[in-house]
Amino acid sequence: MVGTALFFLFAGFAIMCAISMVYHKNPLYSAISLVGVFISLSCIYITLAAPFIAAVQILIYAGAIMVLVVFVIMLLNLDDDTGPNRLKYLYTLGGGLGVVLLAQTFFIFYAVMRAPNVPSDQTLSAGKTLTIGQAMYTEYLLPVEIVGVLLLMAIIGSVMLARRLAQPQLEIVVERESEIRHDEQ
Amino acid sequence: MEPSLASYLALSGILFTIGAVGVIFKRNALGMFMCIELMLNAVNLTFVAFSRYYGDTTGQLFVFMVMSVAAAEAAVGLGIIIAFFRNKQSIDVDEASILRN
Repeated sequence: MVGTALFFLFAGFAIMCAISMVYHKNPLYSAISLVGVFISLSCIYITLAAPFIAAVQILIYAGAIMVLVVFVIMLLNLDDDTGPNRLKYLYTLGGGLGVVLLAQTFFIFYAVMRAPNVPSDQTLSAGKTLTIGQAMYTEYLLPVEIVGVLLLMAIIGSVMLARRLAQPQLEIVVERESEIRHDEQ
Repeated sequence: MEPSLASYLALSGILFTIGAVGVIFKRNALGMFMCIELMLNAVNLTFVAFSRYYGDTTGQLFVFMVMSVAAAEAAVGLGIIIAFFRNKQSIDVDEASILRN
């Protein structure tokens, strides 16, 4: 009973925060709402007997990624989103996509209702850090190594993106173009 | 009395829908980025729920992988957004039309 109450509490909080994230025009409000989603999902992970994932969710998502996003928002000093001047058909497309996905969700809900829904007792060990660590370094060693290489590539890529590119060549092109325009005039 | 597997999947589906609709409706790149993070989280929830109901550690392990990929995506994506802002003084994705005609 307590589990159901907690689930509906945190699920409602997560959905409200998600809607407020999409609704707000100011990126900073969106980021704060997204932190709310992450924290309530982390609480749901705890009720699902996955304390390691819950801790990692707080550390990586609410801690690292959202701090990075808020840092970028502050760095760029953005204004609010201005009015919609976008292609109109995107709104109908988005609405249609939302309706289709929601219909799919409820289909899944009713399809799974009949499946056996009692969590097995042996799952209690599945969420332990010890179990996850053993699986990570024995059975799934190769994926872990691949993720390591992926993170290295991301580090190198972000450094390459963030450094100031050598500008002189671009300036030369711009100067030539302005010279050509002067000649034409 | 615990909530059934179906309710976790329904929550995950609703969050995914909100994220997918948000990607289309949002106009600034940071908003779209955050909606993508929301979709990744919705998928993580299904992994953990199935891991709980079938007693398998693999689901939680792959949540860990998804989180690593999300971290890499955050690093590269925010780098791209900053580089874009440096050129255009805006992160409105409508401005990114330099390849059009």
